[in-house]
Amino acid sequence: MIFALFTLLSLSANAPETPRQARPTAFVEARILPISGPPIDNGVLVVRDGVIAHVGPPDLTPIPADAVVHNVRGMVLMPGLVDTHSNIGGGSGADSTDPIQPEVRVLDSINVRSSSFQRAQAGGITTVNVMPGSGHLVSGQTVYLKLREGRRLEDLSILSDEGMPMGGLKMANGTNSRRDPPFPGTRAKSAALVRKAFVEAREYLLKREDDEDHPRDLGLEVLGEVLENKRVVHHHTHRHDDILTVLRLREEFGFRVVLHHVSDAAQVAEEIARAQVPCSIIIVDSPGGKLEAKNLSLENGRALEEAGAAVAFHTDDWITDSRHFLRSAALAVRAGMSRDKALAGLTLEAARMLDLGERTGSLEVGKDADFILLDGDPLSVYTKVVETWVEGVRVFDRNDEEDRLWATGGFGAGEDSPPGCCGRGEWE
Amino acid sequence: MKLAAVIALGLSLSWLLSQPAQAQSLAVRGKVIHTAAGDPVVDGVVVVVDGKIRAVGPAAEVVIPDGFEILEAQVVTPGLVDAHSVVGLAGWLNVPHDQDQLERSEAMQPELRAIDSYNPAEPLIDWVRGFGVTTLHTGHAPGAVISGQTLIAKTRGRSVEEAVFVPRAMIAATLGEGAVRGEKKAPGTRSKAVALLRSELLRAQAYVAEREEKPDKGRDLRLESLGMVLQGELPLLLTVHRAHDILTALRVAEEFGIHLVLDGASESYLVLDELREAKTPVLVHPTMRRAWGEAENLSMETAGALLEAGIEVALQSGYESYVPKTRVVLFEAALAASNGLSFSQALELITIRPARILGIADRVGSLEVGKDGDLALYDGDPFEYTSHCIGVVIEGVRVSAEVR
Repeated sequence: MIFALFTLLSLSANAPETPRQARPTAFVEARILPISGPPIDNGVLVVRDGVIAHVGPPDLTPIPADAVVHNVRGMVLMPGLVDTHSNIGGGSGADSTDPIQPEVRVLDSINVRSSSFQRAQAGGITTVNVMPGSGHLVSGQTVYLKLREGRRLEDLSILSDEGMPMGGLKMANGTNSRRDPPFPGTRAKSAALVRKAFVEAREYLLKREDDEDHPRDLGLEVLGEVLENKRVVHHHTHRHDDILTVLRLREEFGFRVVLHHVSDAAQVAEEIARAQVPCSIIIVDSPGGKLEAKNLSLENGRALEEAGAAVAFHTDDWITDSRHFLRSAALAVRAGMSRDKALAGLTLEAARMLDLGERTGSLEVGKDADFILLDGDPLSVYTKVVETWVEGVRVFDRNDEEDRLWATGGFGAGEDSPPGCCGRGEWE
Repeated sequence: MKLAAVIALGLSLSWLLSQPAQAQSLAVRGKVIHTAAGDPVVDGVVVVVDGKIRAVGPAAEVVIPDGFEILEAQVVTPGLVDAHSVVGLAGWLNVPHDQDQLERSEAMQPELRAIDSYNPAEPLIDWVRGFGVTTLHTGHAPGAVISGQTLIAKTRGRSVEEAVFVPRAMIAATLGEGAVRGEKKAPGTRSKAVALLRSELLRAQAYVAEREEKPDKGRDLRLESLGMVLQGELPLLLTVHRAHDILTALRVAEEFGIHLVLDGASESYLVLDELREAKTPVLVHPTMRRAWGEAENLSMETAGALLEAGIEVALQSGYESYVPKTRVVLFEAALAASNGLSFSQALELITIRPARILGIADRVGSLEVGKDGDLALYDGDPFEYTSHCIGVVIEGVRVSAEVR
């Protein structure tokens, strides 16, 4: 890992345009789960310049003569996991002065040296949506990261076609954002404040269109991006009526939204599916812990799948540990979700919810070489993530003593910057 | 058993008389029966008569009496024993009216009885039972120097009287960061917490001596409870995580001759020799506990390290302040099994080993003739994420038929 880090850093420092890998890398004799297609036994994956060059059965997949070949017989090779909602890096969002603070960016407070990044790599996570908290109607901008080795946020962030760091907007309803004024005291007030903000943003967009010199407003600008479908809303919501309120506001303002947590999903799965709104769900070990999560069920994945809604999972790390992310899908399968949809919910479906479905989340030619090697069935408790690769670079190797410490825990593996969320009773 | 003696001492007859009279008889057939008392029995049978195990063995050898209801499963285990929980006191909704695990007005309140708080209708009891848990050691939570008492219950019953079989199990205490209080209330530091505990133990010593001389002296519920710890009638269940706090706990226990049971003990792998020498059992933190604060250095391999060092160890669901409101020992043992333990070692951590540490191994923790007919039924490897618990039996009564 250290060597990989050094290589990456020296390259990026000296010659940012140089491809990460001079020679292609081939992984042979793997059981490959492309997610975008059926499993391939004895499969071959070829990586060149951080991108998947070939993937398929050995007879159809040419291995370049100069390739570095890794024989991974007996291992499962699947896309790196995509965590649609996490708090790794100890970042912060809005403060207590206002319930609506779209101008706040979580990227301005993330500590990329936090050990939570190593733990996420050890869990097989290669792409993550880091979110600010849920104690606000709008708590700020989220950021999509690749878990590359890096020293600065910029080393990890994913850039849009326009060269901007990608991310969504974190919103929440229900009880977390209800407090003393200026925060809302009821659900109806919460919705009213959100509607007012979007109405203002609409007017702001018109003014800026008419008059280029109209002064910029960072908050309204971001809400405007949401209205123009340039930024996805990642909406914390638990209770069935709160879920429907999100769908109602989405209909009124036409924004794109991913529902997060969705504790009561099973009760309103048909409405969610009809609205074609995707869900990023959480799987925890018991219901409750807060009033509005009392119906939180292992069966939400099954219910949403049956209704026809898109489902992904999230860790909400520290609510669940990034190292156990595969477990979320496995427990959903325990409760009746199909294996295929559950695995897609950790990868391709999750990537789509972050507008990254063209770049990662499945093993297809031309996509980023983000993948993991497992020593068994991804849904078995006995299976370990053996290696994690991001864009063709190995960022976790369980056979490396130092990396192994992040996987198992132990002296020195502790979190150096836990998020502010936990302990204050504001569940993400 | 010390703990059994406590029943007679404190809460005698009314408890015994109020045990539910619904104990029944049935047989359970399993493709594999893990007894936690020797090798697994392939194609086996457990016969329960009047709530107690009458026979365990291969189907070819064990006769099932005529007319017995027969349950079938791929895998059968003893009913699981959660070594330490707060279920029943810390309710699922996590609102003030259902949080009875910690009273913060004073730093030390050993007189708080868990039986006066345990809510047998709490949904989390049903939740953990659905995964095979039949015995819970539960009660007051970590978070005060002495938070109160614990109890041991079966996961059944409409009243605490029906559920409980050891009404006073241990006195729960905390040292280290977890004991420290803010706002200029004592204890404000680690050392102050220890000083408070030692002072109170000294007062209890004096109280016990005085009561022996003058039985008519007025009772002091607080000192009386601590006196039971000093007299070896109750263990002190002490939650600590850092290695130096663990050593402090051993120091205090030695000074007062206390039967110590360590709880949490994240950094116990650093002080294995000392723990073995002191013969201190450890209820190790849940394998999936969050690694932060004073537990930041926890390892998923600690249970294995303790076992290997010859230290008595069991796994617990622990205390959770938020989401999830409880963990499930089945899942915690599963993760231990995938982090270096064999299947049977991991199963023992949630069956016979906690039963021994809790002093109830004569009743529960393994499938042996004469023990309570408590069983958990699974449709596959119980530790696999995608297996299900398909039935739970407590003292011969099928208490759950849910597939979970």
